Amino acid sequence: MSGYQTGVLVFLAFNVIAAYSVYLPMAAGQLNLGIAGFMAIGAYTSAYLSNELGWSMLASVPAGALASCLLATVVAVPVLRTHGIYLALATFALGQIIAAVFLNLEVVGAAAGYPVSEYVSPMVVVACAAGVVLLMVFLSRTRYGLYLTAIKNDATVTDLMGVNVRGMQISAFAIGAMVAGFGGALYGHHYSFIEAQHFNVLLSVFTVLYVLLGGTQTVLGPLVGAVFFTLLPEALRASDQWRYVIFAALIILMMLLRPQGLLTASLLRSLGGRKQGVQQ
Amino acid sequence: MIWQQLINGLMLGGIYVLIAVSFTLAIGILNFLNFSLPGLFMLGGVLTWALLGAGWHWSLAMLAALLAAAAVSLLVEQLSYKPMRNADPELPLVSSLGFLVLMENLVIVKWGSDQQSFPALIPDFNLRFGGLIIGTAQLISFLIAVGVVLWLSWFLKTTNTGRRLRAIAENRDTAEILGINLARLVPCVFVFSAVFTALGGILFALNYLQVSPFMGENIGFKGVAAMIVGGMGSIWGAIVGGLLIGLVEVLSIYFFGADVVNILVYGFLLLVLIVRPAGLLGRPISREKL
Repeated sequence: MSGYQTGVLVFLAFNVIAAYSVYLPMAAGQLNLGIAGFMAIGAYTSAYLSNELGWSMLASVPAGALASCLLATVVAVPVLRTHGIYLALATFALGQIIAAVFLNLEVVGAAAGYPVSEYVSPMVVVACAAGVVLLMVFLSRTRYGLYLTAIKNDATVTDLMGVNVRGMQISAFAIGAMVAGFGGALYGHHYSFIEAQHFNVLLSVFTVLYVLLGGTQTVLGPLVGAVFFTLLPEALRASDQWRYVIFAALIILMMLLRPQGLLTASLLRSLGGRKQGVQQ
Repeated sequence: MIWQQLINGLMLGGIYVLIAVSFTLAIGILNFLNFSLPGLFMLGGVLTWALLGAGWHWSLAMLAALLAAAAVSLLVEQLSYKPMRNADPELPLVSSLGFLVLMENLVIVKWGSDQQSFPALIPDFNLRFGGLIIGTAQLISFLIAVGVVLWLSWFLKTTNTGRRLRAIAENRDTAEILGINLARLVPCVFVFSAVFTALGGILFALNYLQVSPFMGENIGFKGVAAMIVGGMGSIWGAIVGGLLIGLVEVLSIYFFGADVVNILVYGFLLLVLIVRPAGLLGRPISREKL
């Protein structure tokens, strides 16, 4: 595999991880527009532990994911008091605040960026992304996945059925943040350099786009979305300047013609997938 | 000097008021969080700069920029809002974000991604009151911004069209049953919000003498914050929120330096969302609507 192909593959792996960090809360009806902030938490925490405290990556990367998860659990309690668009905007504000804090934190290089001493190889990143996909597929087959779908469809009825709605919502938010933190931690260790400007609102927005364009009806939608919309701008690279124009036009067109996303439950069934009678 | 900072904050706040009003119109009347508005803000500033550079008279350049923004906004209505108005609220939001990315990149293709300097149209003449200095450009922008918004408030309150728009805001289906022509009025909302936000972009360029393809992201998103702080859907809320965000920004620069602006502005936004999601002047939100 050429260096370019490896580069695209790793980029794709990071996008897949990010897409699933948005997907899980969205499966419970939460639109998280601040996912880049949680990636930053994971990236900076793990980089600091590797650099300054000499932790091995095996410990520092999970610690980054855990830090992101913990912060999400703490903020979820007040933030999840909001709903719908308000929740989207609260997470948006949260992402902006986190990025701005790291931009000013001298101990991790502030605006100059922060080099990371340890290195993760491309194959490990791809394997981790595959692991995240498998985890999500597994979660979607458990009662937990069913609870989240139920909450998305009607939180009140789900509550009446005896499901701990609040707890489920917080856990979906926190697990999503954990996946984001995990992706961020890997990102820092793979590229050996992180800067707060990378974790901006557009990163969050593009990640949400991958998920919505892929489709939220099935657990494989985000994977399809991330693959399609990572490889498409690469295929358009020949037209250089215009590729993001074409990309943006495609987003608008996609939402217009196929608002439910590329991969839908009925499409999956007609492709000969297994019967999903219970979930429909 | 603190009074000088307060004045600067209010002047900057005037521009946020215009953006916040645009957002509040779209969300209050149509329940549509229109993220193409930061792009229209940028388009207003950049097109005026480009046409001035091509030798147009300033009045024609500004008029053309406002018309262009209105035209793009109608396109957003046709392609983002109309087909998806009954879907989940995140679909039109995402589609309008597509327009933001599209406009930014079209401008980058045409004029590059650098910040451009905007010519000083208003002579650099400062008014002095006691020890306080107010730039003419600042003052004119502030008066235009507040004037336009007050006019809008009057328009919505007293005219027939305004009453119809408020009926749509109350309940779209009922308004339609009562014979209000939605197909004719909804484009009005888009034109209004486009013109206000593009005007904000022009005034920003006049004041700070710079335009860039990314000005919408930096300034426009603070306009969103201003709208929420004031209360979604409330014109007076947008005025209060815009001025408050302007003050918070300028005062945090004054006391803590430019680096912490985003922490304080968005921290303030988050606090308002958690403590009082309806905003300072908004009506309590009904969960069903969201």
